[in-house]
Amino acid sequence: MPDERTQAAGPPSGVPKDPPRPLVLENARIVDPSRDLDAAGSVIITNGRIAEAGPGAIGQGRPDGAEVIDCAGCAVIPGLVDMRVFVGEPGAEHRETLETASLAAAAGGVTTIVTMPDTDPVIDDPALVDFILRRARHTAHVRVHPMAALTKDLAGEELSEFGLLKDAGAVAFTQGRRSLRSAQVMRNALTYARDFDALIAHHPADADLTSAGVMNEGEVATRLGLPGIPREAETIILERDLQLAALTGGRYHAALVSCAASVEAIQRAKSAGADVTAAAAITHLSLNENDIGPYRTFFKLAPPLRAEDDRLALVQGLADGVIDIIVSAHDPQDVEGKRRPFAEAADGAVGLDTLLAVGLRQVHEETLPLTRLIDAMSTRPAALLGLEAGTLAAGAPADLAVVDLQRPWVVSEDLLHSRSHNTAFEGARLTGKVIRTIVAGRTVYQYD
Amino acid sequence: MSTLATFSRRHLLGIEGLSALEIESLLDLAEAEIGVSRQIEKKKAVLRGRTQINLFFEASTRTQSSFELAGKRLGADVMNMSVGASSVKKGETLVDTAMTLNAMRPDILVVRHHAAGAAELLAQKVECSVINAGDGAHEHPTQALLDALTIRRHKDRLQGLTVAICGDIRHSRVARSNILLLHVMGAEVRVVAPSTLMPASIDRLGVEAFTDMRRGLAGADVVMMLRLQRERMAAAYVPSVREYFRFHGLDCEKLAFAKPDAIVMHPGPMNRGVEIDPLIADGARSVIREQVEMGVAVRMALLEALARNLPNA
Repeated sequence: MPDERTQAAGPPSGVPKDPPRPLVLENARIVDPSRDLDAAGSVIITNGRIAEAGPGAIGQGRPDGAEVIDCAGCAVIPGLVDMRVFVGEPGAEHRETLETASLAAAAGGVTTIVTMPDTDPVIDDPALVDFILRRARHTAHVRVHPMAALTKDLAGEELSEFGLLKDAGAVAFTQGRRSLRSAQVMRNALTYARDFDALIAHHPADADLTSAGVMNEGEVATRLGLPGIPREAETIILERDLQLAALTGGRYHAALVSCAASVEAIQRAKSAGADVTAAAAITHLSLNENDIGPYRTFFKLAPPLRAEDDRLALVQGLADGVIDIIVSAHDPQDVEGKRRPFAEAADGAVGLDTLLAVGLRQVHEETLPLTRLIDAMSTRPAALLGLEAGTLAAGAPADLAVVDLQRPWVVSEDLLHSRSHNTAFEGARLTGKVIRTIVAGRTVYQYD
Repeated sequence: MSTLATFSRRHLLGIEGLSALEIESLLDLAEAEIGVSRQIEKKKAVLRGRTQINLFFEASTRTQSSFELAGKRLGADVMNMSVGASSVKKGETLVDTAMTLNAMRPDILVVRHHAAGAAELLAQKVECSVINAGDGAHEHPTQALLDALTIRRHKDRLQGLTVAICGDIRHSRVARSNILLLHVMGAEVRVVAPSTLMPASIDRLGVEAFTDMRRGLAGADVVMMLRLQRERMAAAYVPSVREYFRFHGLDCEKLAFAKPDAIVMHPGPMNRGVEIDPLIADGARSVIREQVEMGVAVRMALLEALARNLPNA
């Protein structure tokens, strides 16, 4: 087995540098949901942008001085856009920095990460948005776009400065791990957001019902003697938010949903014409409450892993397009936070390294077409956030991944690039490996 | 064949997973241990030279002293460690404490903790035998074993009996362990509680659930009462003590629905006048004090069985 950590991490993406060498990827299967394309072809990259990608690029010749990469047996996809990533910078760099998160992202084929504002200090000020972008320019290997706090200090009371924050570079507004208690604040946020065409990304969870439990309510929780969180903790707040979105006309995104009833609620809201979208985490599309087994804290997540019926409903919702987007919900936790009795352990799991490979399970099991998977992990989130990403169309930035869809590998702690190792997929046998990740025409990760 | 040959585990973390044969073998051995505690020379040597640490993160006079006596009567050196809130406040985790104790090379660790799964977590981190003396609302296996021994001494069997477990099922590790044990042994188990104190999907554990005491107790051979914590009122599970006693407290009128020879049990400590009428708690059908005696016997049996499986035994 080759040592995966001997990667060719390119220079941080923002450091001033010469235009990259032209690059030609040949003999590839080009999968580009933005153009509904899945065909044999090549990719020609010049000046960090795509000159041509697809069957049309075959036989166009190679630009002078181009590096040529043979991608036989591999797919080339637009780089993934992960819109829910928790980073420990600033304030908890021992868990994750922008640099280490970006290395994990690159290894997972993720070329854009959207960071959450739950840091110390909270990202609720234009100067702090600027700090994140500046740190990313100097240290990160993939593109970084911050979401800003929806309310000042995430306290759920006063709105943050949507206009100034958006001008500074915030791509959306969120309470991060938290959920707004006040329907009035949510109503005002959605109303005010309209003036700036701002997106509200919200994790729906009733604070009281959620804090009374630590895992999905039901037989498994009863057997383990753990207090449960009912699905209604999610659907009560989700229904409230969807009605407020319809009332205000604001753009609402359900940042994480976990159960069948939520899929139905979103379906109803969409049918009624509300401007709403939803995401599910890769963990909730792949695992269920039984995976907790004997109190395994790496499976303690927020929202909690639900029953198998819920998981199947999420996968179906994704196939139908009711669920728009897949996120990693990458949430690094240190050993101290996880090495506790289940009820006292921290929530969350890392997931950037394994995002695509775990998603490919659905493709191999034929529950999701490959183009829809890439659409949900790249094209749709880019479109929702208004980013120049998620496409291999001519002129787009050359952010892409080369993937061997059939290569088997086993997840182990020492293969992960995140500074924290709280993966829910330790020991998982996956099929499909990112071979190379390219950002702005430069290779930032290579597996060999 | 020695009865111990059928119990070859390193830890006792719960009743879940134990076979009827393993349970029978422990109960048979416990039966023999009763005599040891009743004689003048209350001492055996099977744990001579062994170190037993009772690690209690929750105060429990009853369980802790029962384990202490059991260990001492078998010849072990027993140390009691009560870890109060102070260590937790200092930031020391359960695993830190376990690793520290492990370095002192105990043979048996008896642990009581407020979090479900704590005994399981400890067992993964230490090299000695671990006995779960109660973990959150998960399990309290020695309580279920001592209850089974008490029932068997009065009814000569467990199979086919109807046992009603009444009270705060939701928060009770005693209820869970008893449900699992009685189910494996072929008893018919009922749980009786107000709906707020009934856990989700409890029927999936093979029990019949009742909210009405009279119906739940009808024809029962054994009535097992559970303690109601005062905190349940503050958290809006039940409105008041007097309402709880009226509808869920065991009094003579409700007990009349059970079989005439039904026995009444309680894991203690009791709240007289909350879940049980003092007349019954101290009455002729109560076997509550006998449960305490059986507790020592069952714990001696368990310690002896685990000691046979220790390295160098």
